[in-house]
Amino acid sequence: MRRFALIAIPYLWLLALFLVPFAIVLKISLSDVALARPPYAPQFDWATGIWAFLSDLDFENFVWLTQDDLYWKAYLSSLQIAFFSTLLTLLVGYPMAYGMARAPEEWRATLMMLVILPFWTSFLIRVYAWMGILSNEGFLNQALLWLGVINEPLMILNTNTAVYIGIVYTYLPFMILPIYAALERMDVSLIEAAEDLGCSRLSAFWLVTIPLSKSGIIAGCFLVFIPTLGEFVIPSLLGGSDTLMIGKVLWEEFFSNRDWPVASAVAVVLLLLLIVPIVLFQRNQQKQEEAEP
Amino acid sequence: MTLPVFEPWNDPEAKPLIEFQNVTKRFGDFTAIDDLTIGIYEREFFALLGPSGCGKTTLMRMLAGFETPTEGKIFLSGQDMAPVPPNKRAVNMMFQSYALFPHLSIWDNIAFGLKREGQSKGEIETRVSDMLRLTRLEKFARRKPHQISGGQRQRVALARSLAKAPKLLLLDEPLGALDKKLRQDTQFELMDIQEKTGTTFVIVTHDQEEAMTVASRVAVMDNGKIIQVATPADIYEAPNSTYVADFIGDVNLIEGTATPTDEDTYALHWREGAEPLTVKTATTFSDGQTAHLAIRPEKVTISAERPEDADNAVQGKILDIAYLGNISTYHVELPSGAVIKAQAANTRRIARRSYTWEDTVWLSWTATAGVLLAD
Repeated sequence: MRRFALIAIPYLWLLALFLVPFAIVLKISLSDVALARPPYAPQFDWATGIWAFLSDLDFENFVWLTQDDLYWKAYLSSLQIAFFSTLLTLLVGYPMAYGMARAPEEWRATLMMLVILPFWTSFLIRVYAWMGILSNEGFLNQALLWLGVINEPLMILNTNTAVYIGIVYTYLPFMILPIYAALERMDVSLIEAAEDLGCSRLSAFWLVTIPLSKSGIIAGCFLVFIPTLGEFVIPSLLGGSDTLMIGKVLWEEFFSNRDWPVASAVAVVLLLLLIVPIVLFQRNQQKQEEAEP
Repeated sequence: MTLPVFEPWNDPEAKPLIEFQNVTKRFGDFTAIDDLTIGIYEREFFALLGPSGCGKTTLMRMLAGFETPTEGKIFLSGQDMAPVPPNKRAVNMMFQSYALFPHLSIWDNIAFGLKREGQSKGEIETRVSDMLRLTRLEKFARRKPHQISGGQRQRVALARSLAKAPKLLLLDEPLGALDKKLRQDTQFELMDIQEKTGTTFVIVTHDQEEAMTVASRVAVMDNGKIIQVATPADIYEAPNSTYVADFIGDVNLIEGTATPTDEDTYALHWREGAEPLTVKTATTFSDGQTAHLAIRPEKVTISAERPEDADNAVQGKILDIAYLGNISTYHVELPSGAVIKAQAANTRRIARRSYTWEDTVWLSWTATAGVLLAD
């Protein structure tokens, strides 16, 4: 009985905080817009019964998503932005994780602290800070103008470049930490063994270090890719009017159009899209656990 | 028929494969290797023996190229090794942790070095299967390192380091992680493989039994210096210092002053009023020089009566008996308070043991049984 209770807790948690909200969103996505409060119909009514309620639900909103090209363009553009920003984060994060893992033992805790430190400030404030840095009269442009590198301020804010900068900055710790964990575990004598067997420094890195940090790289990439795909704050604050991301579309459907059913349909499709990388991520974690001797 | 004796170190014509010339290695203020000169010959199985921190691992890492000497030079086949990086040396190393690549199969681990050389596929396959056969690992070729036992991993590490047929193989505490029984078996396997391949082996170990078993010559190190280099038998029978005598095996050290009595014979005055001990030695001592007699417990005979013809005999009381099954070590306390250890084979069953605690016994040894050391 106690064992059952122990297992029940995580399942109840999942039920209350994931499945129930998901069922509600799914139901709204199958409803129609109504000038009411809440702004959709049908509402469940005990008088008419469950069948009358269910017969009013349909897939109209999902069909709509395929008809207006805004949506699939937004999905595609989100996938593209998520993909490239994950790649950029990896390129920036790997050397940092490598440097941390090879730093003297007594420095590592401090370096780790520095990576985590930005989380102590609100995410929103940090994104606003980037607006101050990247705007036409911002610190970056002023510094570059003062140095004489440019003659006219660069237009960075309100472009996709600013979105990439924001995403790489925000999600960098999620990339660094799993890679650092993988590299720190690695036995340094493996590199010496590779060199002893005829590898140059570079080929030892490709043949030993990279494969052995693979699980960290995969974990880090998913940890960046998954939240980036539905990212809303960064594109809406740093991006321009032409920055198309599904998170922004979702927000507009909910709050500007007050079309909750279509917004919910967008959310459901986003979730379905995310299932693929989430399953892959889970499998990677599991494989890694099995590989631990 | 006489077998040719393998003793290139006694041959003035022989040229050593490895030469250390006045090598010093410092890490900051710490001197790991102190002005060391030594030659290691081809086909030798050379053991570096010493307590941890004596510099033996540093010496080996300099051979592999992971450390460079602060002063002095290292030659391999007459070539100065200082500018040669580890990946260009005809030297391979078997790491203490084995350092097997966890993401590669046993087969790929062994093939790793061969692939870097750019050998053809066929050549690699032949060489790897040779190595697998040599180390009896054929069945495990497709497994990953974490799917095999410690002893098997040790053999993979050996196969991998031998695969490139190096001129010199370095073994860093290769058997440290194995249990005693497996270690002993593996020691003989190592010797066997060394003979078959004709590779020069340099082994680092802190286990004196291991060094004695496998090596053709043993170098006993302490504080970055080599104290003595000799065959295992010479190290044991004729240590050149009390440090070596004490480090290798069990020993009784008796301090006294030497007085020459005859040619090569000295009387060692070791206790006020006690009869001086007679010692024969080729080393010259001046009259009244302080000397130590080092004598192994198994060379001390224990008896109930005073033996008639013994060169040296002392009487004492049994203080302790260490029963080891095949032999027993008797700790005998002399009237002066000194304790001398004597070893005797347990040829009779324990219930019928001749001596027991508190028994008064005689200890005796011949004049040539021990060595007289200056320090």
